[in-house]
Amino acid sequence: MEYLLIIISAILINNVVLAQFLGVCPFLGVSGKVNTAVGMAGAVTFVMVLATIVTYLIQIYVLDKLGISFMQTITFILVIAALVQMVEIILKKISQPLYQALGIFLPLITTNCAVLGVAILVIKKDYNLLEGVVYGASTAIGFGLALIILAGIREQLELLNLPKGMKGVPVSLVIAGILALAFMGFTGIVK
Amino acid sequence: MNQLQNFTKGFFKENPILVLVLGCCPTLATTSSCLNGLGMGIATTFVLLGSNVVISLLSGVIPDKVRIPAFIVIIASFVTIVDLVMQAYVPELYETLGIFIPLIVVNCIVLGRAEAFASKNTVLSSFIDGLGMGLGFTMALGILGAFREIVGSGSIFGYKFIPGDGVLVFILAPGAFIALGYMIALINRIRRT
Repeated sequence: MEYLLIIISAILINNVVLAQFLGVCPFLGVSGKVNTAVGMAGAVTFVMVLATIVTYLIQIYVLDKLGISFMQTITFILVIAALVQMVEIILKKISQPLYQALGIFLPLITTNCAVLGVAILVIKKDYNLLEGVVYGASTAIGFGLALIILAGIREQLELLNLPKGMKGVPVSLVIAGILALAFMGFTGIVK
Repeated sequence: MNQLQNFTKGFFKENPILVLVLGCCPTLATTSSCLNGLGMGIATTFVLLGSNVVISLLSGVIPDKVRIPAFIVIIASFVTIVDLVMQAYVPELYETLGIFIPLIVVNCIVLGRAEAFASKNTVLSSFIDGLGMGLGFTMALGILGAFREIVGSGSIFGYKFIPGDGVLVFILAPGAFIALGYMIALINRIRRT
């Protein structure tokens, strides 16, 4: 039940992009086509779960043990950067099709603030490892959901005749605002 | 390019948020009031200044292949300094900005300026570039924050001057997206003509 609560809250109520404003850059950047949006969502899910596990273990067994938790920001960002590189190399070796699908999105993920944000939030919220993983995975699903919805809307939008100044980023932001408004309707389904 | 142009390009011509659209996450998240927006802007300006100066000083020393990780470590060190200083001296603002202080490290503007400008230019130009970009960022955050605060709650810097509730949605998450969207659209319109 507790896990169900975390899942629903992370996907719908506190949606990572639309309510917490994490990962807005890739949200705007790769939402032009549904196909690329799906690829990005997959890559983010993969990296976010891995990063949550690794940073959690480092926090508990290294930073807390040595009493140097002020090094959190530096350590986490380096771990995530290294992890993304490693995932890229391993994927290239063992699974060519998967690499082709996710490859180009992986370097972008290092600067996706949602990944670092979730790693820090898991520590802040005092989750245990399993709760952290569930939280990380459902946050990534929430990110994917918002991204794919926006990509779907933007594909249709191509056919419209928009004022010049509104094209591209501005209209995506306004749509994201309306989406956020819609997602606010979920507030209150879990106490 | 002379130094004055170098300084002023961050405000309008290459404003990080309004023109380049980099670093949207803190922009949207911390502008629920003008003061929060300015606080976030100043914190980012400090990191940008520090990292720009150090990176341009070290640009001859850092090997080309590992430059991105090296830049990230330098940026993260300055973020840690800001994080600890703010926690000690402005705990209230630190609480409100919360997770977005450590997240300055993944703010695209900081790494973007390091890669595109500081690693190729002199220390003085990098300092001026960092200052201009940082203040341009702060200005955009301040304007957006002021707009959201005035429309959303009828007050500015916490002083209420319009009675009533205001348009509450502009304080909440959706208002941030909509306000920034129209602000960028307006800038696009001005730039085109």
